[in-house]
Amino acid sequence: MPFEPVIGLEVHAQLATVSKIFCGCGTRFGAEPNSQVCPVCLGLPGTLPVLNKKAVEFAVRMGLAVHCRIKEKSIFARKNYFYPDLPKGYQISQYEEPLCEDGWVGIPDGNGGVRKIRIHRIHLEEDAGKSVHDEVYVGENESLVDVNRCGTPLIEIVSEPDMHSPQEAYEYLTKLRQMVRWLGVCDGNMEEGSLRCDANISLRPAGTEGLGVKTELKNMNTFRGVEKALAFEIARQTRILESGGKVVQQTLLWDEAADEARPMRSKEEAHDYRYFPDPDLPPLVVDAAWQAEIAASLPELPDARAGRWRSAYDLPDYDIRVLNEDRGVSDYTDALLPLVPDPKKAANWVMGEVLRFLNERKADIRDFSVPPEALAEVIRLIDAGEISTSSGKKVFEEMLGSGISPRAAVEKLGLSQVSDAGALESLVDRVIAENSPEVQKYLDGKHQVFGFLMGRVMQVSKGKANPAIATETMKRKLEGMK
Amino acid sequence: MTVPYHRFRKQLEDGESTCETTVVSFLAQIRAHESLNAFVTVLEDRALEKAREIDRKLAQGGAGSLAGMVVAVKDLFAMKHVRTTCGSRILERYHSPYDSAVVGRLEEEDAIVIGKTNMDEFGMGSSSENSAYGPVLNPRDPGRTPGGSSGGSAAAVAAGLAMTAIGSDTGGSVRQPAALTGVVGLRPTYGRISRYGLIAFASSLDTVGIFSSDVTDCAILLQALAGRDPRDATSSLLPVPDYAEALRSSVRGLTFGLPREYYGEGLSPEVGEAIHAVVSLIRESGGEIREISLPLTDYGIATYYLICTAEASSNLARYDGVKFGLRIDPEGDLRRMIEETRHEGFGSEVKRRIMLGTYVLSAGYYDAYYLKAQRVRTLIRRDFENAFRECDVLIGPTSPTTAFRLGEKSEDPMAMYLSDIYTVTAPLAGLPAISIPAGLDSRGLPIGLQLTGRAFQEENLLRAGYWIEQVRIRQTGCCQPA
Repeated sequence: MPFEPVIGLEVHAQLATVSKIFCGCGTRFGAEPNSQVCPVCLGLPGTLPVLNKKAVEFAVRMGLAVHCRIKEKSIFARKNYFYPDLPKGYQISQYEEPLCEDGWVGIPDGNGGVRKIRIHRIHLEEDAGKSVHDEVYVGENESLVDVNRCGTPLIEIVSEPDMHSPQEAYEYLTKLRQMVRWLGVCDGNMEEGSLRCDANISLRPAGTEGLGVKTELKNMNTFRGVEKALAFEIARQTRILESGGKVVQQTLLWDEAADEARPMRSKEEAHDYRYFPDPDLPPLVVDAAWQAEIAASLPELPDARAGRWRSAYDLPDYDIRVLNEDRGVSDYTDALLPLVPDPKKAANWVMGEVLRFLNERKADIRDFSVPPEALAEVIRLIDAGEISTSSGKKVFEEMLGSGISPRAAVEKLGLSQVSDAGALESLVDRVIAENSPEVQKYLDGKHQVFGFLMGRVMQVSKGKANPAIATETMKRKLEGMK
Repeated sequence: MTVPYHRFRKQLEDGESTCETTVVSFLAQIRAHESLNAFVTVLEDRALEKAREIDRKLAQGGAGSLAGMVVAVKDLFAMKHVRTTCGSRILERYHSPYDSAVVGRLEEEDAIVIGKTNMDEFGMGSSSENSAYGPVLNPRDPGRTPGGSSGGSAAAVAAGLAMTAIGSDTGGSVRQPAALTGVVGLRPTYGRISRYGLIAFASSLDTVGIFSSDVTDCAILLQALAGRDPRDATSSLLPVPDYAEALRSSVRGLTFGLPREYYGEGLSPEVGEAIHAVVSLIRESGGEIREISLPLTDYGIATYYLICTAEASSNLARYDGVKFGLRIDPEGDLRRMIEETRHEGFGSEVKRRIMLGTYVLSAGYYDAYYLKAQRVRTLIRRDFENAFRECDVLIGPTSPTTAFRLGEKSEDPMAMYLSDIYTVTAPLAGLPAISIPAGLDSRGLPIGLQLTGRAFQEENLLRAGYWIEQVRIRQTGCCQPA
């Protein structure tokens, strides 16, 4: 009997606010351990949380961008459990009344269409600290706690169980990462833990509607890890069900190195979190005016932009996907497209030269030294025949290095193409005079030497001869000698 | 009883006294009354230094509104570089790295904090016997308790060891000890004074409270402490009125409500008579008296103890031995470290309340206990709203009896809890209430009269309290029991 996997993801995204969610401490990743702390995030006796407005704004931005309903009134709750890296003995989160509900994102359905993955809720919460066991400076039988991360704002994005393959989960995660980056609310870096993903997965006989017993997968630290862990768990549950066994509801930890998921010790997961509304924080009110203000500040979203490009520029879907992945690249392309008569040429330049340069340098397009206007000028010079395509690339590189204008680069490199008919005629005459054996062969009907002769023209002109006009001139001269 | 602050301030301004000599004599009084065990920490050097500084300020001009006020502070307010124990072993050596809002305000206004007062551990108790530092004795009769939990602060004012004192009132912890020691004790509206640095017992009920020898000092101190604090999200944005204004009016035009339920079973006849005597005086002087009903009074104790224990179980989770305070460290076992630390560090009443609170928040019990208590809390609030449609101030006893003997109720938690019967409902509704001395019983023990007002109408309490005080001075020649 074939089984269909049913997958739901819980994604935590660290919000890219300057300060923490309930105090003024910084949130920089990789700072000296326990250097970004204060009495509030240390949970010292008597301290109280005060909500960071920016964190709310970021969460609402994300909520609006993924079509959620923003609740005018939401409630912070305490999630109670003991752990050394949880200074207060509880995490401030949202439970019964989250900030955002009922949204969706679209992922490619594999047939050129879009499939909606529903989002159950998005809520705000604080991050816990980090327990350090395995570093060289930690003694045996010892654990150290780094509280820097305590109070870093998080949103938890909970999907409905709408995904049916590891690939769909991967696409969904990719979409979320694109969105959080696009909106500037999270850097989306899974390796550094600013984006984290847990998965719930169960199997059911294909074509049925019920839900099987699910397991929870944790500790997946890369996108590929999520895909691999899900594939592993699908195979494991399939084996159990096919042999007539029952799946046990449990939490499994993905071990990237061993390529397998192992059950958590049951003691670690048997929690009663005793949620209750946090009396230190009044209900969070996001009224219609504030919501409208945040909505008005949203940038054009990737789906809307893709649609606009498709209809205005008729670009291939593949190009759109590549160019739209990153907001910076997309904004750059969007500025470039109207400046270039052939949109496909603009797309090729960005996908080719621009992205190659950014990848090689691991650079951000926001620090890119060639503005769209300058790149458009390079493309225009090529179109006008003033420089060759290969010279264009040299010009582009020169501009990257020195930041000068396209024209100045053409001058500096001496790449201005020779298009003057008189100048080209004397070049061609010189090549004919200097290569009489080859000219003779051509006249004898061996037309394949034409390429050699043209190569000589380019060589003598140092690549500056306008190829089209030079070819035309050479043909005319040779034919005239017959 | 010493001179009230408002008179002392005149002496200071007239050059008849100095802060330094006054502090010296208070320190001598504290030493002479060491057996009362009112203080956990006496800040001798610090107070003297501060006194000299304020004497200089007074000479030069620019002294604050509380200049020279000798104030004792309950040991659950964080005070920078000073031991803050909360009456608990678990914080025996804990020094706060920051000042609570209240201590900050006091010192900004040039009050002199003379010491930190003894209390029931974490504010849990009604007799100040639940302290890791021994019980506080009632200065009126050292065989009896001063009430609790702010018993040390009440005793300090009653015995003339401080001009005023700061306490905290969760379910009566300021008003009941004020009544039992014969001083004025105010619990302001929830949100009127910042809780920042008040070490939490039950966050939705905890308020900063004021002890003083008369109503005028109470108004002066409230004026200095009230107002919005950005560090406490539950502090109110409402403007702070001029409380001194309230002290000039009469009771004419005020309607007093007599809650029928406050004069039933359990009330000592002598306390009842004393309250009725005051009620008659009010009526004779043109104040209107109306009998009203608070039908849910009987549910107050149960509702209060469900909510306060639930919040306490979470608030006290941070005392786990990881970052501060006591740590009992059995070799290399985290769970045992937390368990042993809490076992050794907490007293039995605190443990009882943590267990009760953990229970009422547990899965399967939450709806039946915590949630139901929250619903009743809403109904109790409505009870008061209805009552305040008919009157401006409620008048009744603060405590059903006068001071009880040490040990009398300490083995019977229910009897102890019932001594809060008249004080727990105002906190559930967030309302302000004040206890005013109203005579002595046949043993010469003080009787307290409680006035409860509408939210943020402390003026009415001060006005009525001041009037009662003045009438009693005229009647008896003294506002205080001899």
